[in-house]
Amino acid sequence: MTKEQRLKKRHNAEKRFRFYGLASIFFALLFVLILVHNIFSKGSSAFMKTAINVEVFYDKDLLELEPGSSEEEILEADFFDITIESLLKVYPAKNMDEEDALIELFTTDAEIEIKKAFLNNKNLIGKKINLEITASDDIDQLHKGNYPRDLPEDRRRISNFQLEIYDVLVESKTITKNFNNYFFKNGDSRDPEIAGIGGALVGSFYSILICLLLAFPVAVLASIYLEEFAPKNKITDFIEININNLAAVPSIVYGLLALQILLATIQLPRSTPLVAGITLALMTLPRIIIPCRASLKAVPPSIREGALAVGASKFQSVFHHVVPLALPGTLSGTIIGLAQALGETAPLILIGMVAFVVDIPSTPIDPSSSLPVQVYLWSESAERGFVEKTSATIMMLLSFLIVMNFLAVYLRQKFEKRWN
Amino acid sequence: MNKLTSIFIGFLLVIGFTTSSYSRDQIKIVGSSTVYPYATVVAEKFGKSGKFKTPVIESTGTGGGMKLFCAGVGANHPDITNASRAIKPKEKTLCEKNGVSEIIEIVVGNDGISFAHAVSAPDADFTKEQLWRALAAKVDVDGKLVENPYKKWSDIDASLPNKKIEILVAPPTSGTRDAWNSLVMVKGCTKTAKSLFGDKAKKECAKIREDGYAVEAGENDTLIVQKLTSNPDAFGFFGYSYLVANKDKVKASSVEGVQPSLEGIQDYSYPIARPLFFYVKKAHIGVIPGIQEFLKEFTSKKAMSNRGYLAKIGLVPLASEEYQITRTAALDLNTISIK
Repeated sequence: MTKEQRLKKRHNAEKRFRFYGLASIFFALLFVLILVHNIFSKGSSAFMKTAINVEVFYDKDLLELEPGSSEEEILEADFFDITIESLLKVYPAKNMDEEDALIELFTTDAEIEIKKAFLNNKNLIGKKINLEITASDDIDQLHKGNYPRDLPEDRRRISNFQLEIYDVLVESKTITKNFNNYFFKNGDSRDPEIAGIGGALVGSFYSILICLLLAFPVAVLASIYLEEFAPKNKITDFIEININNLAAVPSIVYGLLALQILLATIQLPRSTPLVAGITLALMTLPRIIIPCRASLKAVPPSIREGALAVGASKFQSVFHHVVPLALPGTLSGTIIGLAQALGETAPLILIGMVAFVVDIPSTPIDPSSSLPVQVYLWSESAERGFVEKTSATIMMLLSFLIVMNFLAVYLRQKFEKRWN
Repeated sequence: MNKLTSIFIGFLLVIGFTTSSYSRDQIKIVGSSTVYPYATVVAEKFGKSGKFKTPVIESTGTGGGMKLFCAGVGANHPDITNASRAIKPKEKTLCEKNGVSEIIEIVVGNDGISFAHAVSAPDADFTKEQLWRALAAKVDVDGKLVENPYKKWSDIDASLPNKKIEILVAPPTSGTRDAWNSLVMVKGCTKTAKSLFGDKAKKECAKIREDGYAVEAGENDTLIVQKLTSNPDAFGFFGYSYLVANKDKVKASSVEGVQPSLEGIQDYSYPIARPLFFYVKKAHIGVIPGIQEFLKEFTSKKAMSNRGYLAKIGLVPLASEEYQITRTAALDLNTISIK
């Protein structure tokens, strides 16, 4: 082999390696793209809801209300009659069955929506107003193009008569698409059109807050002690190995632990963010301690020695000089740990978070679900409307994770000092 | 530093305080995932009616629910458990041991298990024996027990299609699988096979083959529906409500010549039908607010009758005599004997 041939061979080897590297990045990105595309194409429609414009007449006699009635009297009043009357005005129905079919086009919450509009404006009594009443999930899915209409009638959830009304409504533009505020405001529901992640958001927020309050101080103090004060001997080595082991323990094990200790022994209430937070804190502790120690280790010894040289005590050198310098790394480690905890489902299943909770929790000891659990619950539901809701919840969860991870990177890059 | 410590200690104190005085003003329900969709709808309506908080419902499976339900009396234990089968004697003993001595049994309605496939596939009709032969681990051929030899449906019976057997089955933990085992696998098991199995006939008949023709598909019925749609040769079984909700995608095959229908499941002429239950802890009535009212709502005509809102999502209502029994049990709080 000549010199040139050998050189060419070496260059080729490098070219091949570059190509392999590029190809693997391409594949990784391709899979991410497929995943994201799948979720977005299914989920994006959940942020809109279909509504039908209905003329509501707040009839004094049907409501049995007088102008100037108190809030309580309105809450007690029966809005059922005017709801039915308003909905039936949308399209002429000939008999009871057709009337039923017509009313089925609207959400089961139509009465509540009409009542709410009245509570917001009590002067409406005896007046007519146009309201956007949310459509039922079947119509919603049809309007968004997620439900086929070219099937024979007995295979469809929507009857021919309902389709006929729908077409008339589309023609006259009384059916509209609005921003779906229910998706963010409401708790869980069995009717997809009024189901929302409000409860799950609050539940996740409380869980992560408790997790942060418990895990952060403990983890930071533990890592400062281990890194700066503890003697280096077999016992501390043993502790270090075990912290690494704990970080690798599958999360469901922590769920079992919480089930045994927190629920069975201490008898904390089931399905609450309090228990979820404590469980997640246990799980996150080692995952925060490890990056904390790494960032403490990265502070050069000259800083400590400099502080000691001008007469600072060991405590002062650590808390006045080392910890502030290690803080960016510590914070980003914590945020990444919390981001993992936010997406955790397995331990929450064991402590009873997989529950149908309609009321939005007001304290951490109210029953609640959480975002990943909501994904799990909705993916199991039979109703078609939950398919897009599931994907939309995943989108919300992903965006929280992305924001948290960006924050972690930002904090590190902005505040971290480089030592050359 | 001192601040941090005091905040931390304060936080622990708050936890201790709030939980020691923990009492509940919200009904707590656990149990079967088959009853879950119906119980949640009732709970939501109940919560919207205003006076009480919406009950919290956890889907734990029938067995898991019974374990929690029978663990004791008090605010930390659930008030109601849903079940896709009747309570077992073993569970009754557990309940009694833990002081749960008075239980009210409510029959919610009926559920038919549909054996379904994609809409695009040709219609099919099976007998229970054929289903058993397609799924069992061991079957009898010429009077001898052998490992299941059938690879195609036509191997079982010449009248069946010449297609590979492919069945998605629910996991052993699900109530649907329990019901399938007792209604199809045990009933479809031939006499010869039963006598060859001997004492363990029930258990052996219900064993499902593990050679790849029966695929365990997980608890998620929505996923089964998706898999059936993408593969017209595959069959799967799930509750009637999934058939109703997905009738544009899947259809049921007939069993013993009968299609699953509301009437057929109600009078049990459809052969794979079963009752659904829930159980109420009587000791909690009057302590946790709203239980009695919840029972009234659940058993009311507007929920349970043929035109009720539960029927719309696939629950098959009780026949009228049975409805009367259930309604009376709910109003008079009649307990069942747990001996």
